[in-house]
Amino acid sequence: MPPSEAALSALLLRAEIEDWLLAEADLLDARRFRDWLGLLHPDVRVAMPIARNLAPDRLPAEERTQPGRDLMWVDEGYATLEQRVRQIETGIHWAEEPASRITRILAGIRVLEADEDRVLAGCRFVLHRNRLEDETDLLIGRRRDTLLRGAKGWRLLRREVLLDQSVLLAKNLTMFL
Amino acid sequence: MADALDYSGLVDLAAGTVDRAAFTDPGVFQAEQERLFTRVWLFLGHESQIPEPEDFFTSRMGTESVIVARDRDGQVHALLNSCTHRGMKVCRHDHGKAKVFTCPYHGWSFSNDGRLAGVPGALIGVPHFDKAYRGELRREDWGLSRAPRLEIYKGTIWASWDENAPDFLDYLGDMRLYLDYALDGRDGSPGGSRVVAGVQKWRVNCNWKFAPENFIGDMYHDISHRSVDLVGIGPAGGKGRRAAFRPRLAIGFPGRGHGVLGELPTTEPEPYNDAWALYPEVNDWYRVAHEARLAHFAGRPRVAMSVGTIFPNMSFHGRQPRTIVVAHPVSPTVTELWRWCLEDAAAPQAVNDAARVYFLRYSGPGGMTESDDMENWSYATAASLGPIARRRPYNYQMGMGHARPAPGLRDAVECGELTEENARIFHSRWADFLRGEPWAARVPHAAE
Ligand code: FES
Ligand SMILES: [Fe+2]
Repeated sequence: MPPSEAALSALLLRAEIEDWLLAEADLLDARRFRDWLGLLHPDVRVAMPIARNLAPDRLPAEERTQPGRDLMWVDEGYATLEQRVRQIETGIHWAEEPASRITRILAGIRVLEADEDRVLAGCRFVLHRNRLEDETDLLIGRRRDTLLRGAKGWRLLRREVLLDQSVLLAKNLTMFL
Repeated sequence: MADALDYSGLVDLAAGTVDRAAFTDPGVFQAEQERLFTRVWLFLGHESQIPEPEDFFTSRMGTESVIVARDRDGQVHALLNSCTHRGMKVCRHDHGKAKVFTCPYHGWSFSNDGRLAGVPGALIGVPHFDKAYRGELRREDWGLSRAPRLEIYKGTIWASWDENAPDFLDYLGDMRLYLDYALDGRDGSPGGSRVVAGVQKWRVNCNWKFAPENFIGDMYHDISHRSVDLVGIGPAGGKGRRAAFRPRLAIGFPGRGHGVLGELPTTEPEPYNDAWALYPEVNDWYRVAHEARLAHFAGRPRVAMSVGTIFPNMSFHGRQPRTIVVAHPVSPTVTELWRWCLEDAAAPQAVNDAARVYFLRYSGPGGMTESDDMENWSYATAASLGPIARRRPYNYQMGMGHARPAPGLRDAVECGELTEENARIFHSRWADFLRGEPWAARVPHAAE
């Protein structure tokens, strides 16, 4: 039996989103931050909550801090993201000068929800950063990205980053997640 | 306690130098743990983290974990988080609710309050007490260690392991005025602040002293933040990080070890500086609060500050952003930083949202300002480890011999804006503790 129309278009959509997310990671890894800003929706929010060690009766509700209310690792929109790009462009942002080497590995990209021009995609990430001689950070976790389709293609509207650390073991978060 | 070597000679006040071993040597680190962190007042957290009876959170004192628990009568206690049987961490949760902490290893259980068994932390349950111990274990001797001194000041919780530590307010001295500036409401209402839910905890490969020394009044390192100043991230708009400030001085507290970048006490009225101009509604709230604060002080001296350190490892920002950071030692070259964000309990949500958003842009590992500090602290530590590097001490000679008594403050000096006086005061106090100096020798009014 040939695959249904619906199954085929779901497959195509998943391939399209997978390509988009990997191309976005390529831009960041290549430090093309200005081009990367072009992939963001003007109302973009990137949120990375803080995970906590709690008793089972508090999970999962309290496991992570809440965006827009609590302290987070990151909870910001376009204006701050653009300021971060400008800070790197000064050439004297010492935490990223000399430039770190960063590779983002995305796996298990799936479309979790989709309608006409909006998708919610889930994935797992490994962000490897190596800096100067021997400074290495490994950030591993899961991500949920909401993309909106506009005249110029998909744009990132929301990014939720769930990191598998409660005490952050990297000295800073000067990389884009 | 093993007798620690006297490392106090590493600080040479006459020369204005500190030996790099103070920042790198494992023996020095051990001596700090034994002689300093067991005696000083340490910041544990904020009361708003444990609003209800039986609420607790875990914190640290030096390298050790402590449980900060509110008992059913509302009293707060700090208990060492190490089972008296075989050392297991009896509590591995960051916060929660409990009246009893039961050790996962062999099941000893400890009470959070004194009602059941006499003292908070008392051992109240021992599996097979009758059968295996034959009822012979003296349970009353095996409660969790409890910090004998605990003080709650305007919501902030402090403790010391030293029975003889001076009262917390004597320990603070007039540094209290500057801490008040951060902890009071923006309108001057005493203790009008609370912390935003959540604590940022992260590891940096640096010696812990880099953090308090940075916040104690080191305007000289401003140059390291040029990238963020060029971008301009402050809520007032324009370049820089925060709105204009009246002349800011490094004010230090010799003998106590604290220091601050702030104003001398003043009664002069001061116009509001539109510190939140990018958010008109928020800015209006601050303008009203500013006027209310002037009225609150009504001709009595008041102060303002930007950053300061309470000896040894609690630092705070009083303005933009308004935060607390503690540098917990982990090893000579590893520090765990904890950051809290302060907000005004009386402010509308929009005001506190703006404060939190600015905190996240400025402070902590994601902060555009602080990330550069941590690059400097970690590579300064790393580059100080070698035998040749350690032949040369760090230089603290800026402004030596130019400190003057600070008008309007007791036991305080000022030395202009750019000076290393406050760092010298910090290290001098550090040396007192490594020498094992009694409290009364330095802190006025300390218990004899
Ligand atoms: S270590 Fe806690 S009961 Fe044995
Ligand atoms: Fe700094």
